[in-house]
Amino acid sequence: MRVTVLVRPKTGIRDPQGEAIRGSLAGLGYPVSEVSAGKIFDLEVDTDDPAEAERVGRETAGRVLANELIEGFEVVVG
Amino acid sequence: MITFLGSLDDRDALRAVEAVGGEAVPLWHGAADLRGVDAVLLPGGFSYGDHLRCGALARFTPIMGAVAEFAAAGGPVLGICNGFQILCEAGLLPGVLTPNHTRRFICRDVDLVVQAESPWLGDRPVGASITVPIKHGDGAWFHPEEGLDALEANGQILLRYAEDVNGATDRVACVTNAAGNVCGLMPHPEHAVDPLLGSIDGRLLVGRLAAA
Repeated sequence: MRVTVLVRPKTGIRDPQGEAIRGSLAGLGYPVSEVSAGKIFDLEVDTDDPAEAERVGRETAGRVLANELIEGFEVVVG
Repeated sequence: MITFLGSLDDRDALRAVEAVGGEAVPLWHGAADLRGVDAVLLPGGFSYGDHLRCGALARFTPIMGAVAEFAAAGGPVLGICNGFQILCEAGLLPGVLTPNHTRRFICRDVDLVVQAESPWLGDRPVGASITVPIKHGDGAWFHPEEGLDALEANGQILLRYAEDVNGATDRVACVTNAAGNVCGLMPHPEHAVDPLLGSIDGRLLVGRLAAA
């Protein structure tokens, strides 16, 4: 089953990547005042059980994919 | 001295250990065996290409289990640059390393001010200044406000940058674990052991390993 893990910088954590992108968008004239740059991980989990797929998504997100000191994550199954 | 896939300061680290009178033993990330060493050094570099987050994948290599056991038993462990990032990601040191706020890779000598007396800093008193080079793009140590005072009170913050260079929380450059035997810093003491290259202040931190 496909599991998507979305990782975002926590509010208040400095995000130099987002700042750089925001600067370029502003330079192109777009009315964008803030950009937060995160990461998307699409996992193909070897199970047909949505609960098991979510468990694997949450465990890998908390243990590996995100560092919860600076990032938050969201797990979407299917 | 552990070589990970993508370590690039491992040769300098071996040489620095020998320069301060130690016997340098090369270790491989893929072997869960510290070969009976008395101290462990994790060198700088870009393990696993810095993919995901700096140090985030190297922390799961077989040798890191052995390093965690060695650290729990009180053995001295020093992480330099990428080694520091790996120790933080592994939870052996507090905080995490994030991209420089300047959005630039920085490569130059920096002045560091001693914040606490420690075997890692020899006889240097609080307030003394040492000079060691930095070279990093992801060197801003981050720690939440909560718990910072406890680190300070426990003497875990060993060095601060004399001026803000990369956006690190409270200008912190070097921290230890609660017991003080695990130490990490972004500056490169292994590049500051030979008068030919300027400062020899790096002999303090590397010397702690050789004395073990």
